[in-house]
Amino acid sequence: MTTFLQTLVSTLSIGSLYALIALGYTLVYGVLRFINFAHSDVVTLGTWITVSLAGAFGWAASGSPAFALPVILILTMAICAAVGITLEFLAYRPLRRAPRLNVLITAIGVSLFLQNFGQLKWVFGPRYAGSPALLEDRTLVTVFGVGIQLVDVVILLLAVGLVFALEMLVFRTRLGRGMRAVSFDERIASLMGVNVNRVITLTFGIGSALAAAGGLIFTLKYSKIGQTADQTWVLLGLKAFVAAVVGGIGNVRGAAAGALLIAGVEQFGAAYLSPKLQDVYVFLILIAVLLLKPSGLLGKAVTEKV
Amino acid sequence: MNLRGWNRHWTAATLALVMVVGAVAGCDNLGGKKKEEAGSGSGATQPPATGPIKIGHYASLTGNEATFGNSTDQGIKLAVEERNAAGGIKGRKIELITLDTASKASEGGTVVTRLITQDKVVALLGEVASSITLAGGDVAQKLGVPNITPSSTNVHVTELGDMVSRVCFTDDFQAWVIAKFLYDNQKITKVAVLYDEAQAYSKGLVEYFTAAYKKLGGTIVTEQAYTGGNPDASAQLQTIKGSGAEALFLPGYYGDAGNFMKQAKQKGLTIPFIGTDGWDSPDLLKIAGDAANGHYFSTHYSPQEPRPEVQAFVKAFKAKFGVEPDSLSAMGYDAARVLFDAMDRASSFDGKTLAAAINATKDFKGVTGSISIDANRNAQKKAVILQVVGTEYKLVSDIWPEGMGPPTTKPMDDGGAGSGSAAAGSAASTGPIPAEGAKANAATPATGAAATKIEAAVRGDVDLKGTKAPPKAMKPDDDKSDPEDGSE
Repeated sequence: MTTFLQTLVSTLSIGSLYALIALGYTLVYGVLRFINFAHSDVVTLGTWITVSLAGAFGWAASGSPAFALPVILILTMAICAAVGITLEFLAYRPLRRAPRLNVLITAIGVSLFLQNFGQLKWVFGPRYAGSPALLEDRTLVTVFGVGIQLVDVVILLLAVGLVFALEMLVFRTRLGRGMRAVSFDERIASLMGVNVNRVITLTFGIGSALAAAGGLIFTLKYSKIGQTADQTWVLLGLKAFVAAVVGGIGNVRGAAAGALLIAGVEQFGAAYLSPKLQDVYVFLILIAVLLLKPSGLLGKAVTEKV
Repeated sequence: MNLRGWNRHWTAATLALVMVVGAVAGCDNLGGKKKEEAGSGSGATQPPATGPIKIGHYASLTGNEATFGNSTDQGIKLAVEERNAAGGIKGRKIELITLDTASKASEGGTVVTRLITQDKVVALLGEVASSITLAGGDVAQKLGVPNITPSSTNVHVTELGDMVSRVCFTDDFQAWVIAKFLYDNQKITKVAVLYDEAQAYSKGLVEYFTAAYKKLGGTIVTEQAYTGGNPDASAQLQTIKGSGAEALFLPGYYGDAGNFMKQAKQKGLTIPFIGTDGWDSPDLLKIAGDAANGHYFSTHYSPQEPRPEVQAFVKAFKAKFGVEPDSLSAMGYDAARVLFDAMDRASSFDGKTLAAAINATKDFKGVTGSISIDANRNAQKKAVILQVVGTEYKLVSDIWPEGMGPPTTKPMDDGGAGSGSAAAGSAASTGPIPAEGAKANAATPATGAAATKIEAAVRGDVDLKGTKAPPKAMKPDDDKSDPEDGSE
């Protein structure tokens, strides 16, 4: 029981992390039909901006004020959104009419640039950072011998809140309607008076802001912040991408569901089978989904695509 | 007509392509030939006999283990500076060329090739990470330039050949030290193990540790693994928590160790962790924060040792760099000085002659202890156990190889004649130091008495299996099941 509960708690908090990153992949795919390989690097950027801001404000050591977390969250999301929008403008917009392969290769180039630029001595530097103590290590309640940590609760609330906000945005606002329209047919959407460029720009901004929130969650949960070209980020990005594909890429709810599924498979597999194959389970699920239901779990069930 | 034009165009293009390919292939041949020449004799790499003596250092100045390379380089720089101030070697100044391997094994060979063929260094120092030394040392061996590694502890490193030697202990010894410390000193009989599946260093240590600890009578209650790229070990730590282990052996590098300490604290896993020299970095505390408190690791030296060599080094190092030297700095310093000592004795700086001089090092008084290079080009030395107390690494105990150690010593019967005086050299200074004031975990009564007991045990009165000692003198258990094959 203890193991089960503990694993469930891990699943929820890791699933939240994957979900926030997967949403970025799925949003961009929804409107532009291409995989933004630089997305995981925006997550990395989010972690490093969190670390840098906390350092700059003097909140790195434990005992930072309660408003530290929301302030840093908003700033990090804003900065990353700006970066995402800039990247779209500089790297992807000129290729809007180019074959999809060109855009894909450009995305890989952008990813490599971000990884190596971040390693420069005067940017983030070529070594690990420790994460700031924005939240204290506190056990809220103990259920069946499992301590529910403040960190896990905050992560879950943050992710649920953001996913809900995104859901509202996509299905209840003018911009959201525009996004859905562009995802159906860019040409016709523009004929109907949707400002396609503006929609795409904002989509990149929103996706990057969510990635930044994911980055911040990473610093809450883990304390080893690898340099920007560290393999940790590639693996994290890959898993979130798998989550997006498993859930049905282009589908917002699917990305969140896929993220929880991936995290569950990973954590329960590690707890009950063997942690050595933790990453294998994830990719096995990907293969199974691609073979049995290539459109993803929710790919058909929900007709609205973002 | 049009078609003909196209054809002509294509013919020209194809011709051009062929020529370019040919030219590239030609260059390649040339490169290959050059390398061969360099390998076949010392002719191509013959360094100039006048001017500064060039020494190469390949190190992880950036990347995952960046503090290793930087610390080592600082130690070497200090040694070079001191030696140059004292007039250099045979009247010539020493010039140090340091190149970055970016913590990547694939860079090791490239960087070493460049140091030898372009910079024409007479000798090499480096790396810290064993996987990189295995790549770099292989090139050094082929090109016939001596390579001393300051702190690569994987057993296979010096098996590369006569050009590669080390001034540190090996992992089989280190694992045995930890087994001994846990079982004899801390009275811990149930240990969990968590290791990095992708690191030769980590895997090798686990195999040696398991063999040594079982032999002492301890039980490994659970063996868990992780891969370096995965930041999450909640499942593993959860299993360890439920396994009834009294301590966790976590051989890996400081980044992962620090990360897992924090996760363990969140999970309420309070048993002490014990690590290896891969933890020895100031960044461990930066990553783990106060979660590191109370944990132990084995390493090469402690700046708290009262020996005069240590204190002089710590003072000079602090004056130059403003920080306390960690083990990697001390090992770099010692490696450089062992090299200078060999250069003093060598008749020429030709690769073979110099390597022979290095391999003949006996009783060199280093900061990290007395260094004698044995027949397998390894050094016979003690290890120290440090405990993290607050923001400090506190010296808890030091452990010698079997048959060696202060104050009474038995020379090893495999010709390790140096060991007697080696131990005597450090005898006066380093007794076991109880970790008083340590906020140790409940399971770790680090008392002076316990520490003394292990000293007696190690000194050779009790467990003298080391007397029918293996040719690899350092190997504490020669009859254990062959762990070598798995450590790659």
